[in-house]
Amino acid sequence: MDITQSFPAAEPVVHYPSPTREFAASFMRNKGAVGGLLFMLLLVCCAAFAPWLAPHDPLEQFRDHLLTPPMWQEAGSARFPLGTDELGRDMLSRLIFGAQLSLLIGLASVVFSLIPGILLGLIAGFSPTRAGPFIMRLMDIMLALPSLLLAVAIVAILGPGLINTIFAIAIVSLPSYVRLTRASVMTELNRDYVTASRLAGAGTLRLMFVCVLPNCMAPLIVQATLSFSSAILDAAALGFLGLGVRPPTPEWGTMLASARDYIQSAWWVVALPGLAILLSVLAINLLGDGLRDALDPKLKNAA
Amino acid sequence: MLGFIARRFGLLIPTFFGVTLLTFALIRMIPGDPVEVMMGERRVDPELHAAAMERLGLNKPLYLQYIDYVGALLQGDLGESLRSRTSVWKEFTSLFPATLELALAALLFATTLGVLAGVIAALRRGSLLDHGVMGLSLTGYSMPIFWWGLILIMVFSVWLGWTPVSGRIDLLYDIPPVTGFMLIDTLLSGEEGAFTDALMHLILPAIVLGTIPLAVIARMTRSAMLEVMREDYVRTARAKGLSPARVVFVHGLRNALIPVLTVLGLQVGTLLAGAVLTETIFSWPGIGKWLIEAIGARDYAVVQNGILLVACLVILVNFTVDVLYGLANPRIRHQH
Repeated sequence: MDITQSFPAAEPVVHYPSPTREFAASFMRNKGAVGGLLFMLLLVCCAAFAPWLAPHDPLEQFRDHLLTPPMWQEAGSARFPLGTDELGRDMLSRLIFGAQLSLLIGLASVVFSLIPGILLGLIAGFSPTRAGPFIMRLMDIMLALPSLLLAVAIVAILGPGLINTIFAIAIVSLPSYVRLTRASVMTELNRDYVTASRLAGAGTLRLMFVCVLPNCMAPLIVQATLSFSSAILDAAALGFLGLGVRPPTPEWGTMLASARDYIQSAWWVVALPGLAILLSVLAINLLGDGLRDALDPKLKNAA
Repeated sequence: MLGFIARRFGLLIPTFFGVTLLTFALIRMIPGDPVEVMMGERRVDPELHAAAMERLGLNKPLYLQYIDYVGALLQGDLGESLRSRTSVWKEFTSLFPATLELALAALLFATTLGVLAGVIAALRRGSLLDHGVMGLSLTGYSMPIFWWGLILIMVFSVWLGWTPVSGRIDLLYDIPPVTGFMLIDTLLSGEEGAFTDALMHLILPAIVLGTIPLAVIARMTRSAMLEVMREDYVRTARAKGLSPARVVFVHGLRNALIPVLTVLGLQVGTLLAGAVLTETIFSWPGIGKWLIEAIGARDYAVVQNGILLVACLVILVNFTVDVLYGLANPRIRHQH
C-alpha cells in the first residue's frame, strides 16, 4: 500500500522576507534614493581621503595663477582642473576639503540635537502632566523663531566659528526631535506590550529605553536624515553671511561669501561651491525620502 | 467662535513671554564684559564703566533686569539703535514694508506656479512631466538660496543685462514713500518708467525668495490633488457629465487647497529667514538686511528687539492661520 497517497500534499510554506530584507528591497527599488546614496558615498570618500585625493593644499596660494578658469576653458590649465580662486588657491582641492567640514558639521549637529531631543521627548511623553507641558511650551517658543534667524542670533552672540556653528544648528533642530519623539512615545504608551512590560515589573527607565524607544526609531531616523541636509544648508548660509566657519578654512558657504565680487569675471568661483552644496543636500534629501518610504510603507502613497 | 479666538489668543501670552525670556537671555550670553562690548573698546575707565552699568541697569539682580526689560517693552519702548540713535520700532516700521512687498511677491510667484505645477503633475501622475515636476521641486527644496540668487544675478543681470543687480529702484527716480510699497508708490508718483524699473528690481529677489515655498507648495498640491481626485464627489461630478476642467478646478482644486493654505501659513517663517539671505544678496533695504548689518555692527539693541519683533510677527501669522482654519473647519473650532 502506498501510504503517501492518503496524505494531502504539505501546504507550501509562505516565506515572508525578514524586515531588514524587505526594507533593503524596497529601498533599492527607489532609483532616486540609490542615486542619493551613491553620491553620499562619493562625498564620504572625498572627505575621508581628502589629503590624498586633492591635487593641492587647499590653503596654498599660487600667486601666478589668480582666477585661472577651469581646464576645459581656453585659458585653463590641467594643473588646476576646476580653476583657482581670487588668491590662486585650487578650487578642486578646496571643494574636496570642504566636504569634510560640511559632513562634520552635519553629523555633529545631528548627534548633538538627536540625543538631547530624544531624552527630552521621552521625558515629555512619560510625564504628560508635569515636565511634559513645560518642555513642549519651551519647544513652541523656539519654533516661533525662524530656524536660520535663531542660528544667526546664537552665532552673533557667541561669535563665529566651527564649534558655535555646530552648537547653533544643533539647538535650532532640537524642537523637531522632541516633538517627534513625544508624539511616538504617546502612541506607543497605549499599546498592550507596554502594559504587559509594566505588569512584568519593568521600571520607568527600562520602559523608556528598552521597550518604547526602539519602536519610535523609524520617524527619528528619517528626521535625522532631513535635518542633516538642513544642517548643511544652514551652515553654508551662516558661512555666506560671514558668521560661520572663519576663512581661509575651505567651507562651501564661506567660499561663496567673497564670490559676489567675481560675478562679472569668474563664474566658476561663484558656481562651483554652491553646486557642491546643492548636490549634497539633494542627495541627502533623496536618501531621506527613500528611507521614509522603505521604513514606513503607509506613507509611500500619501506623499 | 469668539470663545475659540479668545482661547487661541490666551495661548499666545505665555509664548510671548517665553520669547522675551529668550531675547533677554541671548543678549546676556555675550561672552566678556557687556559694557566693553557695547562701547567697542577695551579697558573702559572704571567710573565710566560703573556709570554705564548703572544706566543700562546691569548692576541689578537678573530678575529685576528682566522685569525692567518686559516693563519697557509693554510700554512700547524697544530701545534705540546704537548706531543711528533712532528708536528700534521706528526703524523696523520704516523697513518692514520693503520686506513685506518682497515676501508678498515671492508668495504670489510661489503659489501660482506651485499650484499649477502640482495640479498638472497630479493629473499626469507617473508621466515624464510628473517626474520632472517632482524632481525640480526636490531640487528647489534643496536649494541654497543665497547661491541661487548669485547665479540668477550672474545670468540675468550680468550676462544678459535684463534686470538690475541690486536695490529697489534706480537712483534716477526720487519716489516719495507714501505706502512703503515701491510698486504702488511709483504708480502714485506718476514718474514715467518708474513702475517698470521697480518691477524689474523686484523680479529676481522674488523668484529667489519664492523658490523653497514654490517647491513645498507644488509637492503639497500634487499629493492633496491625488487624494481629492479619488473622492466620491469627484466621480459623481464626472458621472453627471461636467467638463473635465470644471471637475478639476471647481470640485478638485477647491478642496485640495485647504491643506495647501495651511502649508502656506507655515511658510512665513521660511520666508522671513529667507529674507535675511535674499535681502543681503540683492541689497534690498528690508528688515533682514537690517538685522544682519546690526549683527555686524554689534548693535545689540537692534539685534535683541529686532529678533523679538520678527518672532512676534511669526506668532501672529500662525495665530491668524489658526483662526482662519477654525473658520473654515468647524471640527477644529470645537476641539479643546
